[in-house]
Amino acid sequence: MTKKLLEMNNQTDVQQLICQGSWTLANLNQLKKDYDQINWNNLKTIAIDGNAIYKMDTSGAWILQKILKQLNQQQTKFNLAHFHNEHLLLLKMIAAQETHLKEIPQPKRFNWLHRLGQRSYDQLQFIQAFLAFIGELSLIALRVIRNPRAIRWRLLLNIIETSGYQALPIIALLSFMIGVVLTYQMGLQLRTYGANIFIVDLLGFSVFREFGPLLTAIIIAGRTGSAFAAQIGTMVLNEEVDALRTLGIAPAELLVLPKLFGLIIVMPLLSMWANLFGLLGGMLMAKGMLGVTFYDFFERFAQVVSARSLWIGLIKTPIFALLIASIGCFQGMQVSGGADSVGRHTTRSVVQITFCIIITDALFSILFTRLGL
Amino acid sequence: MTANLVTIRNLMFRRSNRIIFDNIDMDFARGKVTAIMGPSGCGKTTLLRLIGGQLKPASGTVDVNGHLINKLSRKGLYEARREMGMLFQSGALFTNLSTFENVAFPLREHTKLPELFIRDIVLMKLQAVGLRGAHALMPNELSGGMARRVALARAMALDPQLIMYDEPFTGLDPIALGVIVKLIRELNDALGMTSIVVSHDVHEVTSIADYVYVIADGKVIGQGEPKILLHADNPQVKQFMQGLPDGVVPFHYPAKDYAQDLFAS
Repeated sequence: MTKKLLEMNNQTDVQQLICQGSWTLANLNQLKKDYDQINWNNLKTIAIDGNAIYKMDTSGAWILQKILKQLNQQQTKFNLAHFHNEHLLLLKMIAAQETHLKEIPQPKRFNWLHRLGQRSYDQLQFIQAFLAFIGELSLIALRVIRNPRAIRWRLLLNIIETSGYQALPIIALLSFMIGVVLTYQMGLQLRTYGANIFIVDLLGFSVFREFGPLLTAIIIAGRTGSAFAAQIGTMVLNEEVDALRTLGIAPAELLVLPKLFGLIIVMPLLSMWANLFGLLGGMLMAKGMLGVTFYDFFERFAQVVSARSLWIGLIKTPIFALLIASIGCFQGMQVSGGADSVGRHTTRSVVQITFCIIITDALFSILFTRLGL
Repeated sequence: MTANLVTIRNLMFRRSNRIIFDNIDMDFARGKVTAIMGPSGCGKTTLLRLIGGQLKPASGTVDVNGHLINKLSRKGLYEARREMGMLFQSGALFTNLSTFENVAFPLREHTKLPELFIRDIVLMKLQAVGLRGAHALMPNELSGGMARRVALARAMALDPQLIMYDEPFTGLDPIALGVIVKLIRELNDALGMTSIVVSHDVHEVTSIADYVYVIADGKVIGQGEPKILLHADNPQVKQFMQGLPDGVVPFHYPAKDYAQDLFAS
């Protein structure tokens, strides 16, 4: 059994509170327990003996101060006896801290209506900031297009390489697999009706019109859009963007425009690449599962799938590129504060890009249906 | 040509509801080193951003070399900024470019000089800050003091009339500190530039500045030559210049009663 840190000694004529041992943060729980075991009521005078305390830190002093305060409140007389000098000093410091400051008003709490209003207002401001960003970007883009020498070819080529060329393998692999999966799922149904050859129609239309462009856009959103946001965000934190401004260079021109143009060039090409591999995957699966030979596949393909389907798919891709680059860069520019903010805005960029791409795709579908394409 | 390169009149600036600057007037004389001092968080850096046109004041005017910065068009602003160099606290070097390319960057952007000229100018600027030998290093290979010197070379690349230093003395070892202090004074005198130094290091500032403004709570609370300011009577200025821990500016951030915080149970 360990010795108690705080003990009441009722043997002597004046009640004695004996403090002993190590009054430190590590023993705070023990101290509290000992404190609770003592009956503090009906005390008239006590002597507090601190001779046996061999170590005290601020938490110990705080507990002691708390005891003294309580004794004061119930009007018990007490005197401190045999305390070491340094412990008394510590106690004095803790006691002195108590009296300093006045109260400040509590932070205001708002009801749900206020919070809703605040959030709506924040969203409006966000939209306004995005529109301002797009406006500025358009002005700079117009100026640069009128004067092609101002295009930063090196940065543009760099984007084409990192966002286009280096994305080829992953896009090929994923499109191939989507082609396989699509054929498998549709093949199961078609086989029931013995309509195996129609897999060519289904595959051709769905890959050209939807899956190729959409899959590419989503891969590029995750791969490149997030990278744009993180890169620009880090530059904002590092004051590099501010440095650009003070050097008299519009950050949008150097950081955003090459990315925008690069992606607009790259996206249709990547979509075409995705189309090829999607069809390849489907074709192999059609042969293995449905017994459609390559010759049959190509013959049927040339008959039913028109070039128009290809164009309808590809025409969407520059719009997707525009969304990816502008939202990614915008979120990067919005970064402020610390590393945490980079993470948040990177996440937000991918979510918003994906959202906008799918909405835009849906709008295109409606438009094409109206136009009867 | 007026005596003051930068003139600030009746400047008001607020962030949401907090007033950062309340109707301040300031003058920055040509060819001099003027320091802006004040406790952390009093808006010193904000003032530089206002002069650089990155922020717009709520009211009042910022005049740099005859241009009203807050009234300039976008294009005019970018042109005016070429006459201003700014040194950021972190250096803000472009991390993907080497030391040489960092200094060459403004030259390549704003001039059509042949590569040979650019090389000579860049090496000259690097020589001025004593880092010609480091021209091939990347920013992450530089120490804090070296990065700041490279940034200084970059800020001077276009020979601006005005150069602004944002906390140039913070976080440097004594040797690097001495180098920066010497550089600021020498470049100012040799190139005839006008310098604005934002800092809270009393000792360094008093050793190089020709004129000092002390701002606190959105107001200019003291101004004058550093020697005079050191012995100012204004209690706020006195507390700041002599570095007293408690005084008009309290040691404690406003809080509710400590006793309540601790002993409430």
